[in-house]
Amino acid sequence: MTENALEISGVSKRFGDNLANDNISLSLAKGEIVALLGENGAGKTTLMNILFGHYVPDSGKVSVMGAELPQGKPREAIRAGIGMVHQHFSLAPNLTVLENVITGTQGIWSLATDTKSARKKLIEISKRFGLIVDPDARLGDLSVGEQQRVEILKALYNDAQILVLDEPTAVLTNIEAEQMFSTLKDMAKQGLSLIFISHKLDEVMATADRIFVLRGGKSVAERLVGDTNKSELAELMVGREVKRPVREASKPGNVILNASGVSVVKDGVERLKQADFHVREGEVLGIIGVSGNGQATLAQLLSGTAKRSKGSIALFGDEVGDLSVPDVVELGIGRIPEDRNHEGVIGEMAIWENAILERISEFSKNGLVDRTAGVKFADEVINAFDVRGATPTKRIRLLSGGNMQKLILGRNLLKQPKLLLAAQPARGLDEGAVAAVHERILNARKDGTGVILISEDLDEVLALADRIQAIVGGQLSPSVSAKDADARKMGLMMSGEWDDQEVGDEV
Amino acid sequence: MRFERRERQPLLLILATPLIAVIAALALSGVLIALAGAPVFEAYWNIVKGAFGSRLSTTETLTRAIPLMLTGLAAAIAFRAKLWNIGAEGQLYIGAITVCAISSQFLSGLPSFIQIPILLICGAIAGMILLLIPLWLRLRFSVDEVVTTLLLNFVAILFVSMLIDTVLKDPLAFGWPQSLPVADEAMLPRVLTRSRLHIGLFIAMALAIIIYLIQTRTVFGLQSRAAGLNPEAAVFAGVPLARTLVLVAMISGGFAGLAGAVEVMGVQGYVTTELSPGFGYSGIVVAMLANLNPIGVILAALFIAAMFVGADGMSRVMEIPTYIADVTVALSLLSMLVAIFFTQYRIRR
Repeated sequence: MTENALEISGVSKRFGDNLANDNISLSLAKGEIVALLGENGAGKTTLMNILFGHYVPDSGKVSVMGAELPQGKPREAIRAGIGMVHQHFSLAPNLTVLENVITGTQGIWSLATDTKSARKKLIEISKRFGLIVDPDARLGDLSVGEQQRVEILKALYNDAQILVLDEPTAVLTNIEAEQMFSTLKDMAKQGLSLIFISHKLDEVMATADRIFVLRGGKSVAERLVGDTNKSELAELMVGREVKRPVREASKPGNVILNASGVSVVKDGVERLKQADFHVREGEVLGIIGVSGNGQATLAQLLSGTAKRSKGSIALFGDEVGDLSVPDVVELGIGRIPEDRNHEGVIGEMAIWENAILERISEFSKNGLVDRTAGVKFADEVINAFDVRGATPTKRIRLLSGGNMQKLILGRNLLKQPKLLLAAQPARGLDEGAVAAVHERILNARKDGTGVILISEDLDEVLALADRIQAIVGGQLSPSVSAKDADARKMGLMMSGEWDDQEVGDEV
Repeated sequence: MRFERRERQPLLLILATPLIAVIAALALSGVLIALAGAPVFEAYWNIVKGAFGSRLSTTETLTRAIPLMLTGLAAAIAFRAKLWNIGAEGQLYIGAITVCAISSQFLSGLPSFIQIPILLICGAIAGMILLLIPLWLRLRFSVDEVVTTLLLNFVAILFVSMLIDTVLKDPLAFGWPQSLPVADEAMLPRVLTRSRLHIGLFIAMALAIIIYLIQTRTVFGLQSRAAGLNPEAAVFAGVPLARTLVLVAMISGGFAGLAGAVEVMGVQGYVTTELSPGFGYSGIVVAMLANLNPIGVILAALFIAAMFVGADGMSRVMEIPTYIADVTVALSLLSMLVAIFFTQYRIRR
């Protein structure tokens, strides 16, 4: 038997009442790519933190190349050749790539840094693995995908033989993700061993050699990639069969919102350029694009937090001026913000407060907050939208991402909005929660709500939208009917190639 | 050893935090007392006696607590909305000098029930204005208000120092730099005879309760808390951020200005540059010890006042300088910051 590069045996870790890892064993051969698949909270990150010495396991051990690793010592893990690529990068934006890579590799008292040989080593590594970045670029100026490359380079610079990647594609666009996976395969061919953590079935199937499925802190299955398929993995991961909801045919009604020639200038830059779009009752308009192309501005414009510099917007047939947030809420526009934690909720406030904050005028009288009504509303949302683990007075920070999103959906949809703006509604959610969120959006569509879905996930847009427009560099393509859209065409549109004559729906 | 965020913060722990912080501060300053060669427990017993041992000392402690309650509220309100008003000291002086100026120049001869409310409001308005300047700088140019409010303290105090040596100088003060006095009719009524304790105590306590109700019951309270905890989400939810901060600043600066007005009208009767032994700065300690809770501010102000008054008494009996009170107060702030950290995190091996 060949010696495994990495051997995790019988690891358990308990946090209070929560058994995060229950007797988990896992092995990794040299040159192999193993995927660690599981929903949020399945214990993936805990296991990797134990591997890397951030946590001390209650029982069990970790061996690298046959030698047991001392527990709770990240430095020893690095020395043994384990490199970790975190989901949230641990890089300094105001340093250059080279400076970031060599940070921590030199003694704190060494006066001169040997940049010359460091640079040579860095360039060598980046050539060998095809991870091309300019060593002198300031990190903050790089795209997210490039920053991730730097994070990987940093691990390789420390002579990592085993690379652990925590949800590497969470922040990447489709194209960047594909590039990264081909790099990972290259690395494995050159003898590196890789573990990547994910809850996305497609990328797991496409990249891994072997798949470990974790659920509720237990290791539930181990499969070779050739012996399994997506639906089996989904079932193993969630513990039951999950079906993403399917869009039924519908007859869209009157035009709710019609924007023509709308531009938005922010900080002196034109973020949205002459955008034309409209949405009807009972229709989902998908806006697809790689993030950073103006969709955040579009969302802000419709949320009432950005003003247009040009163009006209008609709501329910009437021209409207600049709208404030309270106007927007009053008019019956529901809003799901792109970034739950930064915009959607205030973690330290109670769930009921988060539920009513945006419609405070409805839940107050003479400047006094109607707490009873607020708690009642929160209770209704929690029940109607199956927000697990929630009571109205609990702080919202204690909810999982999926349940937080259900609360945000609920506080909007319970009021039956005429228009729903959903920006990246399923981002970062696990399979079960994605299905729940999609189902709610489709239900709202069935009830006659017009939905504007802003997303960078092609599958999501193709599954939910009736019509699709791509957004590139602040410009919107003409809309394409969903029945004419396929992945290839969408890919071209997302890179800015579209036919200006095409019209999916005339107003 | 490492720190892990607590999932929940037990209520008991939050309530116990200030007590633990105070005990830790007393233990640490005990070391200094021991180094000075004095018996520690006797020294603390003398502080207690100095603060509450007699009718006079008790009323003195209460009198001293009044401006601390007001500056403590000023800090607590602002900090809750993450508006870092470090300028209560300057706002207090500006409030005080405004009262002297208006009372001596415009209101002489008017009866008390007219003068007192007008003067209190004027003092508060003066404090407000002094805080609105740095707030405007922050909203308009993103200037850090920690720096501007802190530095404005020196500007304000030097400005007051100029006034009391020139236009507002009291000609009857034998050449000392001292402001014209407020009229006798403008002095706050005493609560007890043969003591300096004045009705400012009730004003401060009532305001603490009002602020508590505003923070917990009103839309403004909810919105200002939201603005402090997560400004982005607050904006997304339609909280008028600038307007909320302006209101918060008006209350905060107003209370600090009121502290100056009350101190002049209740105790001193005129302004010198020794009017405040750092009430504005101690107010920050009061607010932190109270965990920014307005009702807690009342208790925390009493503790800090008792430390200062008690240390005076103690130093008369024992050979320990009164500076021990400053040390203890400063240490209690530091221990409180550490204690607050441990209400949010726990230690893991």
